[in-house]
Amino acid sequence: MELLKPDQWVDKYADYLYNYTIVRVNDHIVAQDLISETFLAGLKSKNNFKGEASERTWLISILKRKIIDYYRKINSKKGKAEVHISYRDEDSEGDWLEENAADPYDRTAEDTMENKELGLAILECLDKLPEKQAAIFKMKTVENFDTEAICKEYDITPSNLWVIIHRARKSMVECLEKNWFN
Amino acid sequence: MKFFLKCDDAAHVCDKTQYKEAGLFDKLMLKIHLLMCKLCRGYAKRNTKLTKTIQSADIKTLCPEEKERLKTRLQDEIENGYNS
Repeated sequence: MELLKPDQWVDKYADYLYNYTIVRVNDHIVAQDLISETFLAGLKSKNNFKGEASERTWLISILKRKIIDYYRKINSKKGKAEVHISYRDEDSEGDWLEENAADPYDRTAEDTMENKELGLAILECLDKLPEKQAAIFKMKTVENFDTEAICKEYDITPSNLWVIIHRARKSMVECLEKNWFN
Repeated sequence: MKFFLKCDDAAHVCDKTQYKEAGLFDKLMLKIHLLMCKLCRGYAKRNTKLTKTIQSADIKTLCPEEKERLKTRLQDEIENGYNS
């Protein structure tokens, strides 16, 4: 019973895991390391995979533990109750109370969180498309490659590309309407 | 030169518009078609919404070199696993 396909993990799940991680650790290098560790841990314990969850869900469950471990590690290194306040310049010292109070109108953190959830929803829908369609749609729409470059990479004509894009867009709209918009 | 687009062509121009790759004339033809065709209006609306949604999600992807590095590491590990 070979349900896992580790050789496809990077192509299929790296971006998904990355988007999941980056909002939680907010550091590009750390996120990459955690993903790498997740894949290796997945490989090591692949016999534990029972096929009850999807491959992606299973990898996410490993990643979650890696993220928790990461925070445990940095917290044990740090002094327990250290608070760092950085002043932009000397003059503003003393203004910190007001300056650092949460601004109720600043919703960027929440917005970012919601955007990331949306990003994951989009990647999940992308995962449901046929592989080549998904790859081409992602290159064109998310990574903003131009038509010519994609045609060269996949050895297709521009009209092939637009047919693929059209099908992908239709499926993506349907999927997002079902899973996100309502 | 045909003046009115068929629905298939309209959809094609609409797709191109999402990537700012439609020409001015095509866009005008699309506008005219949309005035007359309810079905395509629906498609155009959903299509544009998809574009906006994806843009607002600001999805980050790993660059190809980073993916290649991950792959190599994983591949090494797979091979080691089989040898041992």
